[in-house]
Amino acid sequence: MASSRKWYAPYISPHDPCPPLTPVSYETPVQLYLGFQPKGMEQFSPFDALAHGTLWPGLYTPYTNPYKTKERG
Amino acid sequence: MWYYEKKLQYPVRVGICNPGVAKFLIEQYGGTDGELAAALRYLNQRYTIPSRVIGLLNDIGTEEFAHLEMIATMVYKLTKDATPEQLKEAGLGDHYVDHGKSVYYHNAAGQKYDLGVQSKGDPIADLYEDIAAEEKARSTYQWIINITDDPLINDSLGYLREREIVHSQRFREAVEILKEEQSKKRIF
Repeated sequence: MASSRKWYAPYISPHDPCPPLTPVSYETPVQLYLGFQPKGMEQFSPFDALAHGTLWPGLYTPYTNPYKTKERG
Repeated sequence: MWYYEKKLQYPVRVGICNPGVAKFLIEQYGGTDGELAAALRYLNQRYTIPSRVIGLLNDIGTEEFAHLEMIATMVYKLTKDATPEQLKEAGLGDHYVDHGKSVYYHNAAGQKYDLGVQSKGDPIADLYEDIAAEEKARSTYQWIINITDDPLINDSLGYLREREIVHSQRFREAVEILKEEQSKKRIF
């Protein structure tokens, strides 16, 4: 599956007032790639569906604070 | 008409007494990209959309009210036991003077809810706006998660963010249904 977070490095000027906080991330969740949902996709159990916010593992794209990730970029 | 089920769509738990978080959460209550705006947008668009996708707008618009209720619950839990002094420290002094401890429809910057809801009457224009609205609400949840340290609140916000993803997916499928051409180019 495609990764749901992308990174880019904006230009850093030697005259920037603050230390650079790069790279910068943005989210690319699964609905950007899926198209019309295919028939017969795997389903969560009802309990797991509630916990995940979706019936479909294929639509589950969790989010974490990118400022706290170690694998920046 | 509607039936009301007397429980939240997903449990709301607040672990840390930090009334300041309520100030951020209120963005999803009375903000331009918030749940109220979403609910009103979809339920209003139902009348002038092709009948094949009315049900989708109806279901998602209804669900947005369930999300609104979750947000209100979080805000209420965070503010109900705060003293006026604590509210003032949390940046909610203006809110307290105007509204007491009631939950109110304004955004994180304190601007009153403005019916910034468009309905163009063009099915594709409306559905594209709906997709954009879902992506904007998804981003708002991300920014609140980034700024909030309470893992219990972030669990509920993660749930709500996932619902935005599913809604966006369904609106994108609705566009495909209305385009009507997808069955002709089924090569897979």
